[in-house]
Amino acid sequence: MPPTADATGPRARAWNWRRLLSPTGSRGDTLFRGLLFLCVVVILLIVASMIVSMASNSRLSIDKFGWRFLTGRSWNPVKSDFGALPFIYGTVMSSVIALVLAVPLSLGVAIFLVEQAPVRIARPLAFLVELLASIPSVVYGLWGIFVLAPFLREHVEPVLGRWLGWIPLFRGTPTGIGLFTGGIILAIMITPIISAVVRDVLEAVPTSQREAALALGATKWETTRVVLANASSGIAGAIILGLGRAIGETMAVTMVIGNRPEISASLFDPSYTIASVIANEFTEATDALYLSALVEIGLILFLVTFMVNGVAKLLVWSVTRGTSGTARAG
Amino acid sequence: MSPTKTFARPISLVLGLCLVAFLYGCSGQSGGGGGGTGSIRLNGMGATFPNPLYQKWMSEYGKLNPNITIDYNSQGSGAGIQGIMKQTVDFGASDAPMSDADLKAAPGEILHIPTVLGAVVITYNLEGVSQPLRFSPDVIADIFLGKIKKWNDDRLKKDNPAVALPDKEITVVHRSDGSGTTAVFTDYLSKVSPEWKEKVGTDKSPQWPVGQGGKGNEAVTGQIKQQPNTIGYVEIAYAIQGKLPVGLIKNKSGSFVEPSLDAVTAAAAESSATTPDDLRVSISDASGPTTYPISSYTYVLVYKDQKDAAKGKALVDFLWWGIHDGEKFAKDLNYAPLPADIVKRAEAKLNSITSGGQPLRK
Repeated sequence: MPPTADATGPRARAWNWRRLLSPTGSRGDTLFRGLLFLCVVVILLIVASMIVSMASNSRLSIDKFGWRFLTGRSWNPVKSDFGALPFIYGTVMSSVIALVLAVPLSLGVAIFLVEQAPVRIARPLAFLVELLASIPSVVYGLWGIFVLAPFLREHVEPVLGRWLGWIPLFRGTPTGIGLFTGGIILAIMITPIISAVVRDVLEAVPTSQREAALALGATKWETTRVVLANASSGIAGAIILGLGRAIGETMAVTMVIGNRPEISASLFDPSYTIASVIANEFTEATDALYLSALVEIGLILFLVTFMVNGVAKLLVWSVTRGTSGTARAG
Repeated sequence: MSPTKTFARPISLVLGLCLVAFLYGCSGQSGGGGGGTGSIRLNGMGATFPNPLYQKWMSEYGKLNPNITIDYNSQGSGAGIQGIMKQTVDFGASDAPMSDADLKAAPGEILHIPTVLGAVVITYNLEGVSQPLRFSPDVIADIFLGKIKKWNDDRLKKDNPAVALPDKEITVVHRSDGSGTTAVFTDYLSKVSPEWKEKVGTDKSPQWPVGQGGKGNEAVTGQIKQQPNTIGYVEIAYAIQGKLPVGLIKNKSGSFVEPSLDAVTAAAAESSATTPDDLRVSISDASGPTTYPISSYTYVLVYKDQKDAAKGKALVDFLWWGIHDGEKFAKDLNYAPLPADIVKRAEAKLNSITSGGQPLRK
């Protein structure tokens, strides 16, 4: 501590501040870091204010229903009785169906485009796949009602019912409108996102690794496995991105899922998702408790997304612990 | 990650910000464009059902009065009621009348000005059935309650003796989004079926005993068209435009009536005697031989005492024009015009609007 603390104190503090932001001490760096830090603070503030406003606006419903809201199966605005369980089930189930279908499909597309297809074919194909990602979701929804739902009702659901009917999931009357169709629409919507990111990730794997594998006498398939192993953390990131889209998707799902707050064993029966019920009912909800319940269910969607992402991150961590993780997404 | 990508991020961010700034500038300009001398801007929000008509009114009225610009934001009846109660808009619009509690909570007296009438029709998809089906009120209620499960139910057969009804399960399709159409339909069912009233009730999005939900009239229409053996309800304009098969419904006087704009206006005219002074009324299940039973008004909501005299005068003049000259656009857009008697009573409401104690219409 210098004896003239009064004279150097402020300067020392200023110096510390700059040191904190920029170890190199350059003024430009300091400014740059300060700006970046500001961006992070803005995002944090937005998220925090969203949580706070959702929590405060759902106070009425939280006080009235408590934990019962999470396990309640009734959604009755006339009698002011609200429970979120069917919506949570519908959201999680439709996203699971979407992932089960979309992950192998988009991995296949990406591997084909990067490892197998000649550039002349790969370029336009990749463009087409990415084009799918830019179609508005309401168009997916209308396509779902007019093309996909009748097709599933006539050709897919009866076949599934005949061969897999011993599993309760595939029992029931095929109507074409229900959880199954909702999951398939979501799968179609997230496939371009996952495959586009996975394609970038695979391209980022150094060619030297492929050459090394081939030089050691590996077949094309074995080489691809080496590439996939190296890209695994990036692939997991792509899947999480797709999952995020699936959980939050509103318009396309609500058009085909049947919008019925009920937990039913069969995938062919109508269901409902959290995002859909908010989109459907928020504009016309006038009663205070009703509005509050809708906000609370939004808060739950926030938590569900948070938890699902956490679980996914944990999975990624456990899978990639051993590998070096040279390629990353985003 | 390649270096080009690392740099692409900040650049796209900057471009994005430029775009936002540009758009903001545009909207600022267009907002200021209407603000010349003597020009008035009115803001409305509310029901989606009358939106096409109100847009037509605003464009036609704008041609006659270039100094008046009216914006209407069709966010739903609930938003319209909230908007007028919180005074964020100059007028609200709602399909269902406001509740007593809402009226009491509002900072001033709110008037209901009926503008046009709408109706809800029963539509279905039955292969091999060409002639229109007939429905009794209790049969409709029991279908939507899930008590009548098959198309060849004895009670359906009784109303349709000449039709070969198939031995198929009925799939009910209803609206999933909160809507005035649903409110009108459930209000009717509550009137004709005590069981419906007790178990389900009247609401914009009740808890449906059976069926699947579609978002909006388009989705309900789509689900019915695409699935055999379905039944549902839609706003009459959709049935007319989409050329859907519609059911004849037995009214209070015992006759089966086809949904038509004239039959809807008739329901309003027949209910005129029982319509209260504030014009808040449900006209479903009206008596009279030619009335269509699932009909309703749609309203514009305005404060009786207008804060700004110039704006208030413009609003009253616009609504006056709407319920007189504006009514002739109604039928083309598949809305039923108001009966003459109700126009008279709406006139009295408009005449009662004041600003600072002075009536705005002389």
